[in-house]
Amino acid sequence: MRIAWKIAAFQLLDVLRSRWLFGYAISFLLATELLLRFGGDATRALVSLTSIVLFIVPLAAIVFATIYVHRAREFIELLLAQPVGRGAMFAGTYGAMAVSLSAGVVLGVGLPFAVRGGAGVAGAAAVLVGAGVALTLVFAGMGVALALRTDDRLRAFGIALGVWAGAALAYDAVLLVLATAMAGAPLEHPLLVATLANPIDLARVVMLMHLDISALMGYTGASFTRLFAAPTGTAIAAASLAAWAAGPALLGARLFRRKDF
Amino acid sequence: MIEFSGLTKSFGGREVLRGVDLCVSPGRVTAVVGSNGAGKTTLIKCLVGLVRPDGGEMRIDGVRLGDDPAYRAAIGYSSQMSRFPEHLTAREVTRILLDLRGESAVIDWELFERLALAPHLDTRVRALSGGTRQKLAVALAFLFAPRVLVLDEPSAGLDPMANAVLKDKILSERGKGATVLVTSHVMSELDELADDVVFLRAGRVGYVGSAQKLRVFTGQPHLERAIASMMTRDVICA
Repeated sequence: MRIAWKIAAFQLLDVLRSRWLFGYAISFLLATELLLRFGGDATRALVSLTSIVLFIVPLAAIVFATIYVHRAREFIELLLAQPVGRGAMFAGTYGAMAVSLSAGVVLGVGLPFAVRGGAGVAGAAAVLVGAGVALTLVFAGMGVALALRTDDRLRAFGIALGVWAGAALAYDAVLLVLATAMAGAPLEHPLLVATLANPIDLARVVMLMHLDISALMGYTGASFTRLFAAPTGTAIAAASLAAWAAGPALLGARLFRRKDF
Repeated sequence: MIEFSGLTKSFGGREVLRGVDLCVSPGRVTAVVGSNGAGKTTLIKCLVGLVRPDGGEMRIDGVRLGDDPAYRAAIGYSSQMSRFPEHLTAREVTRILLDLRGESAVIDWELFERLALAPHLDTRVRALSGGTRQKLAVALAFLFAPRVLVLDEPSAGLDPMANAVLKDKILSERGKGATVLVTSHVMSELDELADDVVFLRAGRVGYVGSAQKLRVFTGQPHLERAIASMMTRDVICA
């Protein structure tokens, strides 16, 4: 664990010095600040911010993680040629990436609310920050696993974009088309499973259950809410999101242990 | 002494190492040569733990290499392509390795001094020239006074002066009893350095023995032509 911390500390320093991450945090900060100032009441600002977070965070996390692992490959090789275990090396690298990306969300989204004492929606704002961090972990883990599985840099980048587009853009649309085509069939349980199968939908459900707003539910989210009363639904969605956060990271760790560099 | 026995490795069905049996003696510089794709880098990466062999075993001084990474404390490694985190300084890159090795590590700053790296230590890697990055990579391989040096194309990108310093250092470490494994496409360089030659051909050892014997065997006065001659032979000695 001590070794993992040491590796993470230096990798974190490298990531934090990059302008990209600084820009990422500032972008969220500006968006949040502008929405809170000019977006009407805090709830409306939070709804708009939810859309931004659900759209941008997965994209940024998966692309950043994929590129970072590919760029760091030679340095990872150098560190692995030292008396360092692969588990510690992975934990340090993934940990540094997850912490820095999460910090961008926490500061960029959380700080303007914190400065305003929660702006009357402290609970929902905290849930949004939590959902943003969870999505960061999910998609950063996916990006790492993808970069380890695909040696070709461009191909990995293309797949990363495809995964994001599938989860953020196409998923609900495809389900809606299927549900329309199968109108009349009992689809609530399949749709529940469909919601659990997409971390972005899950994050949306968790968020909107706290806002009690159906405008952004999406087809699967609406079905999910119908099936569960809020506390149960939130617990199931949050637990599923936690499982989603752990899954790609564990897959990445497994790939890293077996990888030929 | 480094021993490889029956070492095999395939990538996606393509056999890169096909049962490599080899002993590398301490206190000697051993050049690993062969045509592109012969398995040189894979062999070296197996030794430093970057590639996991499918079969066979490796030993250093009689100790079988397994999953425990501790054995790599004895190895100094410089890879074919050196890239460091761009936003760290050269000093921070060095610091990581020092931290990972711990306080008990023996430190040898000689190459840092002789390659004049001191003025660059507080410069971020992104601002260093390619040559300076390579100097750093090579200096890091020697930093912990390793018993085993594994150098994959170490002179690529080095200026003539740095290259001369590197060669001197390799020979000096050899004199102290280190086992040196080196690959290079610059055969004139190996001509100067190599005591022994391992010639790999399609994942098998085609020749292992002294560089001098290879020259005699092929009737070629220079290593470059001797190795080129080996590449064209159907029957090769081992």
